[in-house]
Amino acid sequence: MIPRLGASKTRTLTYLTLIAVVFFSALPLYYSVVVASRDNSALADVPPPLFPGGNFFTNVENVFTTVPFALALLNSILVAGSIAISVMFFSTLAGFAFAKLRFRGRNALLLITVATMMVPTQLGIIPLYLIMVKLEWTGSMYALIVPALVNAFGVFFMTQYLSRALPTELLEAGRVDGCTTWGLFWHVVLPVARPAAAVLGMLTFMSAWNDYFWPLVVLTPENPTVQVALSSLAAGYVSDYALSLTGTTLGTLPLVIVFALLGKQIIGGIMQGAVKG
Amino acid sequence: MATRAPDRSTAVSRHRSERLSRQLAHRLDVKASPYAYVAPFLLLFCAFGLFPLVYTAWVSLHEWTLLSDVHKFVGLDNFTFLLGDSYFWNATFNTLSIGLVSTVPQLLLAIWLAHLLNRPLRAQTLFRVTLLLPNVTSVVAVVVIFSQLFGRDYGLINWVLSWFGVGAIDWNAGTATSHVAISTMIMWRWTGYNALLFLAAMQAVPRELYEAATIDGASGFKQLRKITIPMIKPTIVFVVITSTIGAMQVVAEPLLFGTYSPTGGPDRQYQTLALFIYENFTKLDFGYASAISWMMFVFIVIIAGVNYLLTRRSGGNIT
Repeated sequence: MIPRLGASKTRTLTYLTLIAVVFFSALPLYYSVVVASRDNSALADVPPPLFPGGNFFTNVENVFTTVPFALALLNSILVAGSIAISVMFFSTLAGFAFAKLRFRGRNALLLITVATMMVPTQLGIIPLYLIMVKLEWTGSMYALIVPALVNAFGVFFMTQYLSRALPTELLEAGRVDGCTTWGLFWHVVLPVARPAAAVLGMLTFMSAWNDYFWPLVVLTPENPTVQVALSSLAAGYVSDYALSLTGTTLGTLPLVIVFALLGKQIIGGIMQGAVKG
Repeated sequence: MATRAPDRSTAVSRHRSERLSRQLAHRLDVKASPYAYVAPFLLLFCAFGLFPLVYTAWVSLHEWTLLSDVHKFVGLDNFTFLLGDSYFWNATFNTLSIGLVSTVPQLLLAIWLAHLLNRPLRAQTLFRVTLLLPNVTSVVAVVVIFSQLFGRDYGLINWVLSWFGVGAIDWNAGTATSHVAISTMIMWRWTGYNALLFLAAMQAVPRELYEAATIDGASGFKQLRKITIPMIKPTIVFVVITSTIGAMQVVAEPLLFGTYSPTGGPDRQYQTLALFIYENFTKLDFGYASAISWMMFVFIVIIAGVNYLLTRRSGGNIT
């Protein structure tokens, strides 16, 4: 692929560019750890501190006393966890129907599903809020969980995967053995779907964990998710960057660790989802 | 009841009816199951996706606040007021400006990065994982981190610029500087993600095309322009459209960059349309906020449509 002349030069240039990209991708995260482990006054130093200090655990303590951070962590785990499990289940179910079952209106419904991925979410915020007022769910985690129980991306993702990975013969064999459709789903589809569903679950968990605007609109600062708590930390202590960056480090670290461990699978999932059929 | 030895004919008919009901159950199962399986998604979408969209239109025709149960029908008054509202046009300008500054360099960079990664390299996985790392970071974290980096007095960026004799820039204060700062945050978070989408498409391009081009002596850049880009056009169209829709909805970055103020800076210098909606939401003026939402929707449809036509047409075609 690379021209023979000057191939090694091109190669070095490629590596240098990519290393620069890695540097700029990681730098802001690294620097937030640096700031998080310092006293706020250290930030006024010239030159600015470039290595972590020893103040991290004091800052952590302050985060937990300034905002209800323990409650926020619990809420976020509850919200992101239940959304992830539900999205995995219902997306696999709908994906199975779209990929392998015959029914009237299938193509039209699938087209609608793809089209809904394009609907701007910000538009519905006001009526969605009015609905939550009617249901008396404002301030509660129901307002976050229920609308997110299943989404178009998940359905599309599982449809794509199952139409490729699930052999039709396997389903026919199951039918001959007298399986009901539900039996097929349980005994044949679920085992095949597991790897893709796991990736989908991870992606869903991450985006639910990071969701900010809708939780900000519908929750109160007294009963927040992690992101809402982080933003009130940043808003209340404008000048205390050490404190707010300690918060962001605590809120980001769990995801970064999971991502570092399972990054390969997650990236594979994103790239598979990207190549549309 | 004690039918220990039923006569033959009833046994046959019972057998037959059992088979019939089993057949019926089977047909019902095959016919109804698919609908039952897609129903949860469709119901939820109708309740929390489609209905709010329609309801927004209804609310936008009223003088609607949370403070009162009476919602007076005012026809198109909200829209007429909107078109004469300079804050609305300011927000539209800011949205377009930030959208342009963040999206165009981002997509060019993403294609180039994907092109670099689309060759045998060591440490492929490491490069890909770090590319996606910013995308795993939440918006709140990104803005808090970058607000520090873009700080006027103690920010890392001004410190580096001072080496080149540039005086301390108050990034938050100006229109252009704040747009650059916000666009940087958006770019940092999304470039790697889009690069991976492009890379996925590039890997599906047949190798023979490149081999033939190499034999013909085409340079790497020429191969990118003449082979890669035309071949991955469907993905480019997809990414351009989704980025456009995303850019039109930017809200968390300006909100947090202005430390929580829904006006987007003291002079509204970086208030986006979505933030303008939020400002009117916090004022409990739901009717007006809904009217802005619908205008935003119209803008999104127009801009996404124009982008679709532009990206589909431009460039050479191989297919």
